[in-house]
Amino acid sequence: MKARLFAFLALFMLAVSLFVAPAFAVQPDEILPDAKLEQRARKISADLRCLVCQNQSIDDSDASLAKDLRILVREHLKAGESDSAIREFLVARYGNFILLKPPFAWDTWLLWLTPFALLTLGALAIWKSSRAKSAEAAEAAPAPLSKEESEELNALLAASPGVNTAVVPADSDR
Amino acid sequence: MIVEVGHYALVLALAIALMQTILPFWGARARDARLMAVARPTALTQFAFVALSYAALTYAHVASDFSLANVVENSNSNMPLVYRISGVWGNHEGSMMLWVLILTLSGAAMAVFSRSIPPRLLADALSMQGLLGAAFLLFILLTSNPFARLSPAPLEGADLNPILQDPGLAIHPPLLYLGYVGFSIVFSLAAAALIGGRIDAAFARFIRPWTLAAWCFLTLGIAMGSYWAYYTLGWGGFWFWDPVENASLLPWLAGTALLHSAAVMEKRDALKIWTIFLAILTFSLSLLGTFLVRSGVLTSVHAFASDPQRGLFILAILVLFIGGSLFLFMLRAPTLSKGGLFAPVSREGALVLNNLLLTASCAAVFVGTLYPLALEAWNGDKISVGAPFFNLTFGPLFAPLLLIMPIGQMLAWKRADLLGAVQRLFFAAACGFIAMAVFFAVQGAPSLAYIGAGVAVYLIIGSFVEVYGRIFPSGLFKSKNAFVRGKGLPLSAWGSAFAHAGLGVTLLGLAATGWGAEKVVAMKAGEAYDVGPYRLEVMGTTSDIGPNYKEAVAHMTIRRGGEVVALLEPSKRFFSTRRMSTSQAGIVTLNFGQIYVSIADQNDNGTIDARLYWKPLVSLIWLGALVMAFGGGLSLSDRRLRVGVARRAAKLPSNAQIAS
Repeated sequence: MKARLFAFLALFMLAVSLFVAPAFAVQPDEILPDAKLEQRARKISADLRCLVCQNQSIDDSDASLAKDLRILVREHLKAGESDSAIREFLVARYGNFILLKPPFAWDTWLLWLTPFALLTLGALAIWKSSRAKSAEAAEAAPAPLSKEESEELNALLAASPGVNTAVVPADSDR
Repeated sequence: MIVEVGHYALVLALAIALMQTILPFWGARARDARLMAVARPTALTQFAFVALSYAALTYAHVASDFSLANVVENSNSNMPLVYRISGVWGNHEGSMMLWVLILTLSGAAMAVFSRSIPPRLLADALSMQGLLGAAFLLFILLTSNPFARLSPAPLEGADLNPILQDPGLAIHPPLLYLGYVGFSIVFSLAAAALIGGRIDAAFARFIRPWTLAAWCFLTLGIAMGSYWAYYTLGWGGFWFWDPVENASLLPWLAGTALLHSAAVMEKRDALKIWTIFLAILTFSLSLLGTFLVRSGVLTSVHAFASDPQRGLFILAILVLFIGGSLFLFMLRAPTLSKGGLFAPVSREGALVLNNLLLTASCAAVFVGTLYPLALEAWNGDKISVGAPFFNLTFGPLFAPLLLIMPIGQMLAWKRADLLGAVQRLFFAAACGFIAMAVFFAVQGAPSLAYIGAGVAVYLIIGSFVEVYGRIFPSGLFKSKNAFVRGKGLPLSAWGSAFAHAGLGVTLLGLAATGWGAEKVVAMKAGEAYDVGPYRLEVMGTTSDIGPNYKEAVAHMTIRRGGEVVALLEPSKRFFSTRRMSTSQAGIVTLNFGQIYVSIADQNDNGTIDARLYWKPLVSLIWLGALVMAFGGGLSLSDRRLRVGVARRAAKLPSNAQIAS
């Protein structure tokens, strides 16, 4: 039956229904009196994953674990630690899973670079094919009229005065 | 009895789907018109039987027939009627039923409205649609039967998840499914064209209306889902880069590229490979999304492994259709004739760039969604991919589009004058810069907000420059017959202008989130709080009783400069059956911005924890999507998209005379 619970409808609902009793994240009693420190805390929290939630940061989640982590972050801030030291501490404790922004490492460079590699390869392929196409077109283009040919054409044009006014019937578009 | 009829109708629908798959396909090979003609009636009948089956399931939900496991798990006799009806698709089995209902509806629509499509192409396409139907009907019947009985039947149901008891559930999934299942028509036509081997500008003409319609629905569906999350979640987030959301964004990105690509193919006979590829890709991504959401693979790779039946079934469907169509594509792509030539700087060139950027941003969302799953399956490492990743990858890939969209619109087909196009956009760019300066002066930091807002203004105005140029070719005051020109302008020109401007409107709303104000307080009756330019005063709280919940409501007044501008009533609902509570945010829209208040339970000392927000211009995020869909609708009603047949008939007057 658990699978059925999981099999939720469309957008968001999966995340929403299971873990998030909707309401709220940062609670009034958690907020640090020092506004600057609090701002830093919010910024750090926004990039940390609530470990039991689906893609939610601890800043947005009201799971109790998220609350504990928010308090933990604030305690470390109060102790005067730098943002990166706090992040390192949390990674050491919970692994990279806690970072919403995965680090650039040997097993994630594929993740970071694929979109840009695709863009570059695509651009190269298009550039090459368009060059090939225009080269082909240049070869296939008919040779310009020779002198005799253009003289003949001019003579023909001169001989048929009505040709310029003969309008091709309008397209039956309308 | 009605339930059994529904179940039986589903089985019959499967049988008919198989007929629809085999006979027309065979007919197209044997060039037997009678066999090909089977396609239409079977498509209609298949839809009729699925609709009958769906109606039976709805009946069971409405009548609270608790002998059905599906009803017991997801309904309750105290639930309001609208949620008993929408609750049908608020669970796995029912939502698959809706999926198939819309799939067969698409097939039926194609059968009815595609009289201009050559019979062999139509036969093959409907046969493909039949195969899709058969696969998913089999999936429902074998792994997700909504008609399973329960004995003994309990007296009461477990209630629908309270979060789903919302008008959002009634609107969002049908729109979304009409969008991404609607792309099945385009997929089937592409597969049929690949099988038949005739891929020309006419093909693009056949797929364009379907692509447009599906795209409009998908746009609305995504926006609706986003707004639903926004008002339900209680902190005003509207996009989370959640895999389930990404699953709907992927086909939207590919579908947007397809829309543009098909236009080039129709007008200039170019970008054929792109168009066919995107037609396959768009629906493949829809299928992938279905797999992600339905198999349980998202919650964890292990959940998938422990109950793999459904997941493996959908995976097999996925491999069959995506693999099969890509295989066909590989066979045929080299034989596609190179279409119309164009210089790099041309409308076509701009649209190639558009395709490339959209595909690359689609790839960013794709790897971001699937990489954690792949990595965990491969070596067990768990990583998270969240908003910061997408901001750094999707962001830079998508952002250039915002700047080049108006330029692309100004370029001529085949060979264009880039400098001239940019010059004509001078006014729009100037407005953008002025807006940026004004926003900077009035609102200030963050820089992303005022830069984004400036770009948005440029995009909105720039989107209409092309239309303006066609209505007033020699300036605003010197041009004669501007009204006649405006009326004569094809609706698709207006459509693209509105759709592009819609994206600008959304961007403006997104940019303005940077200027929001937030306050987290322990609220007391009688106290007042300043949020942004407004003052929120708490009047008191009351309790209420709904049909299947109890709620605590806080009453607040909103003042600006001492004057009351609105009243606000955020509430907290408690649903006793599931013992879950939801918070109904109090939202009021003022000048396109919103005041948003969500409350938690009362504390012991009588205060209520609350989050108060002022979100300037936030409603533009979703209004922009409405404008985009409106633009799509305008293009869809362009007569050129509708009169494919008349056009060809007019070119062959002798045949037409014979026929009459």
